[in-house]
Amino acid sequence: MSYALEISNLQKVYSNNVIALKGIDLKVSKGDFFALLGPNGAGKSSTIGIIGSLVNKTSGSVKIFDIDIDQDFPEAKRMLGVVAQEINFGGFEKVLDIVVTQAGYYGIPAKEALVKAESVMKRLGLWDKRKDQARTLSGGYKRRLMIAKALIHEPKLLILDEPTAGVDIELRREMWEFLKEINAKGTTIILTTHYLEEAEQLCKNIAIIDHGEIVENTSMKDLLSRLDVQGFVLDLDKPITEAPHIEGFPLRLDDPTTLVAAVSKDNNINNLFKLLSDHSIQVNSMRNESNRLEELFIEMVKK
Amino acid sequence: MISRRREILNSLITLSTKEVRRFLRIWIQTLVPPAVTMSLYFLIFGTLIGPRIGTMDGFDYIQFMIPGLIMLSVITNSYSNVTSSFYSVKFQRSIEELLVSPMPNWAILLGFISGGVARGTLIGVIVFCVSLFFYPSFEVANPALTILVLVLTSILFSLMGFVNAVFADSFDAISIVPTFILTPLIYLGGVFYSINMLPEMWRNISMVNPMLYVVSSFREGMLGISDVSIPFALGMIFGFIGLLTGFCLYLLNKGIGIRQ
Repeated sequence: MSYALEISNLQKVYSNNVIALKGIDLKVSKGDFFALLGPNGAGKSSTIGIIGSLVNKTSGSVKIFDIDIDQDFPEAKRMLGVVAQEINFGGFEKVLDIVVTQAGYYGIPAKEALVKAESVMKRLGLWDKRKDQARTLSGGYKRRLMIAKALIHEPKLLILDEPTAGVDIELRREMWEFLKEINAKGTTIILTTHYLEEAEQLCKNIAIIDHGEIVENTSMKDLLSRLDVQGFVLDLDKPITEAPHIEGFPLRLDDPTTLVAAVSKDNNINNLFKLLSDHSIQVNSMRNESNRLEELFIEMVKK
Repeated sequence: MISRRREILNSLITLSTKEVRRFLRIWIQTLVPPAVTMSLYFLIFGTLIGPRIGTMDGFDYIQFMIPGLIMLSVITNSYSNVTSSFYSVKFQRSIEELLVSPMPNWAILLGFISGGVARGTLIGVIVFCVSLFFYPSFEVANPALTILVLVLTSILFSLMGFVNAVFADSFDAISIVPTFILTPLIYLGGVFYSINMLPEMWRNISMVNPMLYVVSSFREGMLGISDVSIPFALGMIFGFIGLLTGFCLYLLNKGIGIRQ
């Protein structure tokens, strides 16, 4: 089986003897929406840096759509778009020039580059800013520009290193929709993020990296199914003075109209509603106590 | 589907055009200062002091000085164009735009060097035009050699600027070499005088100054006189260009200064 990305025994030791990657193996299927998670300094950016030619690997192999970067890196790079974590364009250049120039680096002739730039910039809501100097853009528009640059040559594999860091909620949601759309059209996407909700919402498969090692690599569904207990926040229609005692459902009263319930995997939440109703407690709305993935993530990187 | 060769050519044209546009966009900082500074040199040392100095190797002093001052401008501008441009893309991290692309390293090097060569030769032409205001009867003795040395010098010092920018880790580091090494060597390389005027010991010391070969070759092209053997000087220039090109490609291939 061929993969969009195949990493074998990848190691990186920096010149200051810091071991960033201890021989990781990773496979990402074609068309996947893949999350690479890990705490700061875990090795995510080193991995992405090596794939994108920004970091020299110490040893191991990386294949992008079966093309080994040691054999034909230019061909592998044609398949790849990278949205780096840090802003990496000249602030004094015009937005359109930055995108068209990036296309030119991929060998796309200027006329064709202009057509492609218009298309991708319109999709990202950047077209109206095309004549602005890049440094005058807001943080959100700078992120869009980074994505436009990475997509201008229509890569088959798009890697985004914390693309929504520092972006407001509205723009983050817009970006999610956009990424879902291009993934649905066939682009394989690898995402690193600190917003675990983002990974949970978008990604089909997930790898967790910690101290330069892959500590988990599975499907999102499988990972979430391992949660034994989930916390739910229940908004009540009337205030109560103390949390009722209900067998099998530990409850905690945060304030008179907010009840927090711990529901184990074996219990049905409908039972909880029924039992609360027996205590004359009605629930108006409900939400997860905290991000479910976050709980697992913390547990895994603690080990 | 375009061929890989065509693709590389397009990427090279993109980078070269960007580099040329960069220095043209800031023409007040890049093109005007050499014209103003050299006008003052021609006015003070050429027109006002020059007649009192008399002739140098059989030429009016201002006439003798013109090739030297053109070289001074070409060297400093081609060097600083590449150092400032390449260091800026490192500093702003926009070097990553190039690194993630399939552009080969030789095309990246050529793109940056073409910017330095374009600025160096353009400055050479501008300073020559300025000199004609002060010495309208100037005639170039050997236009082919003049143009050849002008272009080779721009290439040589653009390559030196590239090496400086690769190793630079601060803005100070890109100004130290031009200020403390390049400019003194150019001034002592026969811009304002013939080394034949110097005592033997200083003449011998001057012979190891690489700037002497560049300035003398250019003076041979413009005036038909030189302090050194032209075939030897051209050989040295070509040799250094070859060595530096190899060294720059080695740095890029290894990712020194640009990849972690």
